[in-house]
Amino acid sequence: MISLAGRDILHSWGKYVFTGLGLGLLIGVTLSMAGIYRGMVDDGKALLANSGADLWVVQRDTLGPYAEPSSLRDDIYRSLLGLPGVLRAANVTYLTMQIQHGSQDARVMVVGIERGGPGEPRYLIAGRQIERAHYEAVVDVNTGFKLGDRIRIRRHDYEIVGLTRRMVSASGDPMVFIPLRDAQEAQFLKDNDVIVNERARVRTNPVLNPPGLPGMAETISRSQESSRMVNAVLVQTAPGWAAEEVAATIRRWKRLQTYTVPQMEDILIAKLIATSARQIGVFLVILAVVSAAIVSFIIYTMTLGKLREIAVLKLIGARDRTIAAMILQEALGLGLIGFMVGKTVATLWAPYFPKYVLLEPGDAVRGFAAVMTLCAIASTLAIRAALRVDPAAAIGG
Amino acid sequence: MSISPAQPAIEVHGLRKRYGTGDAAVDALKGVDLTVAPGEVVGLIGPSGSGKSTLLKCLGAVIEPSAGRIALSGKPVYDGGWRNRDPRALRRDSIGFVFQAPYLIPFLDVTDNVALPLMLAGRSNREARQRARELLTALQVDHRAQAAISQLSGGEQQRVAIARALANQPPIVLADEPTAPLDSERALAVVRILNEMAQHYQTAIIVVTHDEKIIPTFKRLYHIRDGQTYEETGQGATLAEPPAKDR
Repeated sequence: MISLAGRDILHSWGKYVFTGLGLGLLIGVTLSMAGIYRGMVDDGKALLANSGADLWVVQRDTLGPYAEPSSLRDDIYRSLLGLPGVLRAANVTYLTMQIQHGSQDARVMVVGIERGGPGEPRYLIAGRQIERAHYEAVVDVNTGFKLGDRIRIRRHDYEIVGLTRRMVSASGDPMVFIPLRDAQEAQFLKDNDVIVNERARVRTNPVLNPPGLPGMAETISRSQESSRMVNAVLVQTAPGWAAEEVAATIRRWKRLQTYTVPQMEDILIAKLIATSARQIGVFLVILAVVSAAIVSFIIYTMTLGKLREIAVLKLIGARDRTIAAMILQEALGLGLIGFMVGKTVATLWAPYFPKYVLLEPGDAVRGFAAVMTLCAIASTLAIRAALRVDPAAAIGG
Repeated sequence: MSISPAQPAIEVHGLRKRYGTGDAAVDALKGVDLTVAPGEVVGLIGPSGSGKSTLLKCLGAVIEPSAGRIALSGKPVYDGGWRNRDPRALRRDSIGFVFQAPYLIPFLDVTDNVALPLMLAGRSNREARQRARELLTALQVDHRAQAAISQLSGGEQQRVAIARALANQPPIVLADEPTAPLDSERALAVVRILNEMAQHYQTAIIVVTHDEKIIPTFKRLYHIRDGQTYEETGQGATLAEPPAKDR
């Protein structure tokens, strides 16, 4: 038996291909949305993997440093180094901010790192690591900066000495690494006007500046102006030690919140991007429903245009299953064209998204199955209409 | 279904068809009797509303009669109910149709349009196309075998439709006003072809028509009036050669 669907498609291939193209663009948007979600998850995993840490030590009762603000004194790492199972520990700060790049703004995550410690970018694609104590920076290539460019962060200019890749925040913002001291100042040091005003407040407060204690106000002011805080301490465990075991020791003896890699993944993926994931999920459902409706209407309309032929087919003895198969195959063909176009355009336009879009083969397979299932379901309306056609319609009278 | 020359191709006795029930019931056929021999072409004429279309649909197993008997080549196919549970199989295997317009399938080429009923009956594509080519040759449209339907003239399309009706070698072909859209020359050519094919394939053909041009060509005519048939011997006028443009 010849393929009636195949012949019909070949006969009106222009209409069919252009319809498939339109459907494909819609499927491309759907695949891109899934890719955006995968990209967010991958960004989160990359953030954790690139930090080189086994444990994140943060302020107690917080989900810091990525999901919630966290502040620790910068000398805590010394006491952590003395605990059993801790190989290395390093302070780190994270600050998301806008920076100027030429005439444009760029949103970046400024990371304060200690040279050679956990948190330092592990791979560079150009240049070198930060070697001086101040005013050098390593940046992700997605910031658009080049080696030798200067970047202004708060009050100071930094020279870019190294470029790295895939170093992004959980939100997908490219990272800028600067020395810890500079980062602390950028994040915690108050501006000059605030400092002057605070000193005046302390001086005029009789409780903080009592007669007979001339150095007290000065001491209090200095303590308020210090920038000796960090957001987290990254810890690498010694070989042979389980991360959870070391984390339990830190929680017990230092009374600090400590997260292992799986726990941090859970925070980043299940909590931090949960709302975005739900948003994308709802959008995917809407797109799926819209795609199904479009396929349904198109196939229904195409079938209505063939009612006379269907009546003739029935009159000359075509079985219902032959007619249903023709319509189903046309719907699946439309889905196939739509999926191929969708996959192609999603791949082509993915690099132009400002955030990372990860198109996983597994998602493509699931997407293909979903498209074909939706097309099969969408064809039922047209099949119903075709099976209701009276063969007598071909005879007339 | 094989055709036995000893038996009428189709025999109809006391065929009735009632639409609706109770006070709203309408008797469209009130006991139709009709017999057509293999290779014979008969005309079926009657005014509008006389029951022609209803009779055609009953004979074509498109609608179920209310009572009576239909036999094809001596074998009853309807006797108060369809013998075959699927009338569609009866249409596929034993009845050919030619319509007022050719109603060919536009997305199939000429050969596949003719081969389609054979393929639907389960014949292999090769066998079906071989038979289709034979029929197209017999109907002198074999030179358009690979053409798209849209490339054919009206006369060529009607010949392809006749070939399709004959594809399964049915004992009976029902032609519903096959010459209505054609001019005199082409109309007479179509009737000539029907006669030739009926003779050649020993198929009985019932032509429902209003067409005054072709009525004199039938040797036998059935008039249908108020749901009943009356037989009349026709003139059986000699049919001219078909016009060159349709050959």
